[in-house]
Amino acid sequence: MWEQILVNGLISGGKYALLAMGFALIYGVARIMNLSHTAYYMLAAYLIYYLNQSLAVPLPLAYLLAILVVLVIGVTTYHYLVAPVREQFTAVLIVTLVMAIVVQEIIFIFFGGHFRSLPPLIPGTTTLAGIKITYQHLLTLATVLVTLTGIWLLLFKTRLGIAIRAMAMDREVANLMGMPESRIALVTVAISVGLAAISGAMVAPLLILDPLMWMHPLVVVMAAVILGGLGSIKGSILGAFILAFAEIMLVFTLPKLAYLRGSVSMAVMLAVLLIRPEGLFGIFMEGER
Amino acid sequence: MFPYLIRKLFRDFQGEILALPTRTIVFLACIGLLILPLFTKNPYLLRVLTLTGIFAIYAASWDLLAGITGQVSFGHALFFGVAAYTSALLNLHLGLPPVLTIPLGALAAVVAGLVLGLPGLRLKGPYFSLASLALPTIMMGLVFTFPQFTGGELGISGITRLSTSRIGEYYIILIMTMGLALAMWKMATSKTGLIFHAIREDEIAVRASGLNTSRYKMLAFCTSGLFAGLAGGLYAHFMRVVGPSTLEIVMSLQIVVWTIFGGIATIYGPIIGVFILFPMMEYLRVVAELRMLIFAAIVVITLRLMPEGLTTWVQDLLERECPRCKERNAFTRANCRVCGTGLDPGPNTNIWKRGA
Repeated sequence: MWEQILVNGLISGGKYALLAMGFALIYGVARIMNLSHTAYYMLAAYLIYYLNQSLAVPLPLAYLLAILVVLVIGVTTYHYLVAPVREQFTAVLIVTLVMAIVVQEIIFIFFGGHFRSLPPLIPGTTTLAGIKITYQHLLTLATVLVTLTGIWLLLFKTRLGIAIRAMAMDREVANLMGMPESRIALVTVAISVGLAAISGAMVAPLLILDPLMWMHPLVVVMAAVILGGLGSIKGSILGAFILAFAEIMLVFTLPKLAYLRGSVSMAVMLAVLLIRPEGLFGIFMEGER
Repeated sequence: MFPYLIRKLFRDFQGEILALPTRTIVFLACIGLLILPLFTKNPYLLRVLTLTGIFAIYAASWDLLAGITGQVSFGHALFFGVAAYTSALLNLHLGLPPVLTIPLGALAAVVAGLVLGLPGLRLKGPYFSLASLALPTIMMGLVFTFPQFTGGELGISGITRLSTSRIGEYYIILIMTMGLALAMWKMATSKTGLIFHAIREDEIAVRASGLNTSRYKMLAFCTSGLFAGLAGGLYAHFMRVVGPSTLEIVMSLQIVVWTIFGGIATIYGPIIGVFILFPMMEYLRVVAELRMLIFAAIVVITLRLMPEGLTTWVQDLLERECPRCKERNAFTRANCRVCGTGLDPGPNTNIWKRGA
C-alpha cells in the first residue's frame, strides 16, 4: 500500500506542482490571481480528446497540438482581456473567472456533460522494485521530472529566469533596473499557461474528463501556492506535494473517509498558515497595495 | 404629536429621497416590486424575483466584509451553507417553525464568522482570500462524509414552506431583503462603517489612532455572517431542499461577479447587480447553451465601460458632488442644495469619455 501511496502521491503532487508553479509565477510577476488557470488545464485535456477521438490525429501529435493551441489561446486572452485591467485586483478576478466559466460552457456545448476518458499513450505495465506500475504512470512521472528540471534551469540559469525572479521579488526595483515589465509579464503568462497545458495533457489519460474538473484543482492549487508562500517558486512546488500526499494518504489509509480528502489538505494548509501567516517560504510584500 | 411626525416624514422624504435622482429611482423600484403581484400572478416571475431577493442579501453581506472592510473572502458560501443546513436540520429533526430556524441558522453563521475570523485576523490580503477557500471545502467534505445526517449528494428535502402561498413567500422575502439591505447600508454609513472603510484603506493607521482593529474586523466577520446566514436560512425554506451546492466554490465566486458588476463597497451596488444579473440569467434560459457566454460578454463589456461598477457610474452621471460640503446634488442643479456653492457643470455630460 505504501508504494501505491508513493506513486500516486508523486503523480498527483507533480500535477499540482506544475499547476501551482504556473499560478505562483503569474502572481509573482504580474500580480494576477488567475482563476482561469485550471481551465487551461481542462482545455488541454479536452483538446487532446477531441483531436484524437474525433479527428483521429495520432496521440503524440495530438498532445503537441493541444499544448500549442492552449498556449496561443492563453496568451491571446491575456493580452486582450487581462492585461488592460491588470492594475485592478477585482477586475482581474472577474475577467479570469468569467474566462474559466466560458471555457467550461464551451466544453459543455461541444462535448456535453458526459464523463469521457482517453486511451493511454503507451499501454502496458511493468514491475519496478516489486511494484506493479503502468507505463502511463511512469511516463507521467518522467514528464513531471523533466518539466520541473526544465523550469528550474530556465529560472535559475538564464537571463530571462533571473528577470522573472527579480520581478517576483520586487516589481518596482526590477523595473528600475531596466527589465521590461509588460514583456516579461507576457512571457511569464506564456510559461504559466504552458505549464497548465502540459499538466492537463499529462494527466488526461489517467483521469475522467468532465466539464467541472477545473474546480477542485483550482482550490488545491490556490491552497498549495498560499501554503508555500506567495512569490516563492520552490514553496509552491513543496506546497503542492504536501497537499497531494495528504490527500492520497487519506484516500489509501482510510478509504471510508475519501470524501474528506479536500478537507484534509485544506486543514493542513490552514494549520500551517496559523503558525506561519506568510506561508512556508513567503515574504510579506510590505508597501505593496 | 402625529401631525408633526407625518410632516417630518414628508420633509425627510422630500429632502433625502426626492432630492437625489438615484434614490428616487431605487424608491420607485421598491414600490414597483411591492405592487407587482397586483398586476401579475406569473409564478415563474415571482419565483425568480424571490430568489433574487435572497441572493441580494447574500451578495450585500459579502460586500460588507469584502468591499467595505477589505477582507476579500473567497469562502463566503460557508455562511450561506452553514445557515441553510442548520435551518434545514433544525426544521426537519426538531420540527421548529421557520420563525425560529432562520435566526438560529443565522446564529450558526455568526459562529462560522468567528471561525473564519481566526485566519482572518492573522492573514493579510491575498493570503486571506486564498485561505478562506478552505472552510467551505472542509464543510463540503463533512457533508459528504456523514450522508445519513446531511443527506450527502442529494441534500435534505422536506423542509417546511415559508408561507402557504407563493405571494406570501414573495412578500416575506422581499420585505426582508429591503429591511436587511437598509440595515446593512445604515451600518456601512455609520461610524462603525467609517472605521470599516478605514481598516480597508490602512489598517495600521487605524490601529495607530487607538482603535482595536481586531475587534472591528471580528465584528465585520460576524455581521457579514449574520446577514449571509439569514439569506441561507431563507433559501433553505424557500427552495425546501438544501444540498452541497450551497457550499460550492461557484457559490462563493458568483457573488464576486455580481458585486463588482454593481459597484463594490456600496452595499446598494451588489443588490442592484443581483437584481439585474440574476433575472437576466434566468430569462436567458431560452438560449440555454449560449446563456453563459452572453452573460460573460455582458459582464466584461460593462466592466470595460464602467470599471467602478454600474451603480457608481449611474450615480456619477446623475449626481454631482458639492466641492465645498461634499453633499451630493442632482445633475440639474446649478447650486448646492445645502450650502449654495456653485457646482461646476458638466464634467460628466459626455458618457463615452468616462471609464475605459
